[in-house]
Amino acid sequence: MNSHLHLWLIPVLPFLGFLVNGTLGRRLPKALVSTVALGFPLASFLVVVRAAVIFLSLKPQPIPWLITYAPWINAGPLHVNFSVALDQLSLVMLLIITGVGFLIHIYSVGYMAHEDGYWRYFSYLNLFLFFMTVLVLAENYLLMFVGWEGVGLASYLLIGFYFDKKSAADAGKKAFVVNRIGDVGFLLGMFLLLSQFSSLSFFQIGSGLAANPALQGGILTAIALCLLLGAVGKSAQIPLYIWLPDAMEGPTPVSALIHAATMVTAGVYMIARTHAIFDRSPFALAVVAIIGAATAFFAATIALVQTDIKRVLAYSTISQLGYMFLGCGVAAYSAAIFHLMTHAFFKALLFLAAGSVIHGLGGEQDMRKMGGLRKHLPVTFWTMTAGVVAIAGIWPLAGFFSKDAILYEAFQHGALGKALYFVGLVTALLTSFYMFRLWYLTFMGDSRTASHSFEDHGAAVHSRSDSKLVLEAAEPHRVHESPWSMLGPLVILAILSITGGWIGIERFGDFLSPVVGPILDPAQQSGGKSLDIGLSVVAVAAALIGWYIARLFYRAKNDRPVRLAASASGIYTLLEHKYWIDEIYSNAIVKPLTLASRYILGWIGEGLIVRGSAWLLAGIATLLGELVRRWQSGNLRSYSGWLAAGAAALLLFTVVGVVLGIGGVDIRMVWAGH
Amino acid sequence: MDLHTVPTSWYLILSALLFSLGVIGFLIKRSLITVFMSIELMLNAVNLSFVTFAHEWHAVKGQIFVFFVMMVAAAEAAVGLAIIIAIFRARATLNVDQIDLMKL
Repeated sequence: MNSHLHLWLIPVLPFLGFLVNGTLGRRLPKALVSTVALGFPLASFLVVVRAAVIFLSLKPQPIPWLITYAPWINAGPLHVNFSVALDQLSLVMLLIITGVGFLIHIYSVGYMAHEDGYWRYFSYLNLFLFFMTVLVLAENYLLMFVGWEGVGLASYLLIGFYFDKKSAADAGKKAFVVNRIGDVGFLLGMFLLLSQFSSLSFFQIGSGLAANPALQGGILTAIALCLLLGAVGKSAQIPLYIWLPDAMEGPTPVSALIHAATMVTAGVYMIARTHAIFDRSPFALAVVAIIGAATAFFAATIALVQTDIKRVLAYSTISQLGYMFLGCGVAAYSAAIFHLMTHAFFKALLFLAAGSVIHGLGGEQDMRKMGGLRKHLPVTFWTMTAGVVAIAGIWPLAGFFSKDAILYEAFQHGALGKALYFVGLVTALLTSFYMFRLWYLTFMGDSRTASHSFEDHGAAVHSRSDSKLVLEAAEPHRVHESPWSMLGPLVILAILSITGGWIGIERFGDFLSPVVGPILDPAQQSGGKSLDIGLSVVAVAAALIGWYIARLFYRAKNDRPVRLAASASGIYTLLEHKYWIDEIYSNAIVKPLTLASRYILGWIGEGLIVRGSAWLLAGIATLLGELVRRWQSGNLRSYSGWLAAGAAALLLFTVVGVVLGIGGVDIRMVWAGH
Repeated sequence: MDLHTVPTSWYLILSALLFSLGVIGFLIKRSLITVFMSIELMLNAVNLSFVTFAHEWHAVKGQIFVFFVMMVAAAEAAVGLAIIIAIFRARATLNVDQIDLMKL
């Protein structure tokens, strides 16, 4: 029965797409590359949908649906298999990954149409889908780690897609290195799990925990904190969030797929997947919640003053991931996954719409040079509006339901939860403000587009923020609406952003409860249903206040933002420079490290040992050569002289040596007939 | 010791003198031909001591060895003279101090 699901096809199909495009893509025509790149993910999506339909039609649902394909590692008591598991959680993740992923593939066909390395882009994108589906299908930590590292690789390749541009190459390296720090935590967590449970299987560890209810805190806190470090790295939370804003150097659809909708949520997925461990350690959960709330607030404040449209969205992503961590931290895993899902819809939408704006403006990313685009880009405008309202958390769009669920769960989670609730509420206000600021600056008011980009630009660049121009057409570049291959996904995602929340946290929570445990039922909590409604009203009010302030500041050109910036210039500068976190890290960690390695590795390692030993050997050889080369005079009589001297020396040795008793051949013995 | 025969040591002294003459000639003469002849002289000095010892100890091995040395010396003389002629044709000199192309 299990084999009928063909779960192995889900990762393998995108991998085939990667192989075909990666090896042959350079020689194939563009249309064929697109067909391959779209066909395999679509097939993978259909397999997921089919699995979902079969899965949901079974009652009672078998949980989880385990399939072991082959043994991988058999070493003593350690057994790791290539095994996958389908349960409600991985099903939701798979639907998001392949569904949103496929939409973004379609969008990319339009967006990347004029780029070099078209085939390279799509093979990387398919590779990403392969690793991401491995990550969520894996039934043990090690296979999950394979996917975990793989998506990091795909992310690195795609951030550095414009590898001839230094900032992009650097951003890719930064993302990779920062993620390595988190991976150390993941690895240590796995080692601790091995020592404690001698297994890496999620379900064996789960049953091991269930069989030992006395096991609390202690080693489990250590494991949870190690795993949390991995999640923090992958999901861009404090203190490892710094790579995500720079990751915007990649093409915009990549930002939408990897750095907003799917890969960065892997940390949230991992915490939900291993919640049994976190549940046993209140301390680790509190750390998760505090990190989440702090990141949500911190990133939102930075987003307030950014002027690059993609950077605003990047910090917004970090902030929303903070909400998800907050949800996990108050043990409301369903709420966190619910927000993960709605966020995937509206953040992918926002990024793709931003990409459409950038495409339409020929590569402009600075919001100060936009404005009034509502007339030029009507479809983009309306879909982006849906995304903005959704992320702001205004009823009845998707963001409202999921954010409200997290805030409610936080509020019901003791004193710490109440404090974090207020942080979340303020963040909701900030979120609404900066998103509507983006919306007003981009679409409303008068056009601030520099005239040359309308009239005599003569070239179009896509998502390249540097000045390298890709010649597109001979005629002047005009602001234009994007092709339908780009607008189609926008419309679908807009519909999902509007309706995605209507499932409701109750139904969603019930669906996920076999995996991650039940959510709180407001009717049975203190305050009852009315508290739930009250908190929702407060949240919407906060969002509306944020909107009102943004409207006041940015609807029409006025000097309010400038005056506010001037009146609090210290804070403004602090925010504009992102709290100087990059500079602090650079001076506190990177520079001491590079300096130390320069002196230790450079001077002692390379200078002293490598170069020193080479010089020493060469010096000895040179010195000896200088000494003995005089013998090679080429003069026959000199040679013969040395020959005679040598013979004389031998003779002397045989005679004098015997006389002195230090060896030699005693001729007298020979003489005597011996 | 038989009075009518020359003592063995005289042969050996002669051999040593001949060998020393050969060495001195080999070292101090500049003409390649003379150097060559000095080598022959040394070989024959050695031959003389071989024969002497063979006679002294009634061992025929020493005399057989002398034939080997003479045979090699003959071959060496043929090759050596050929080389000397070739050098003379190329350099128009047989002064060993001027034949030093192998110098560093």
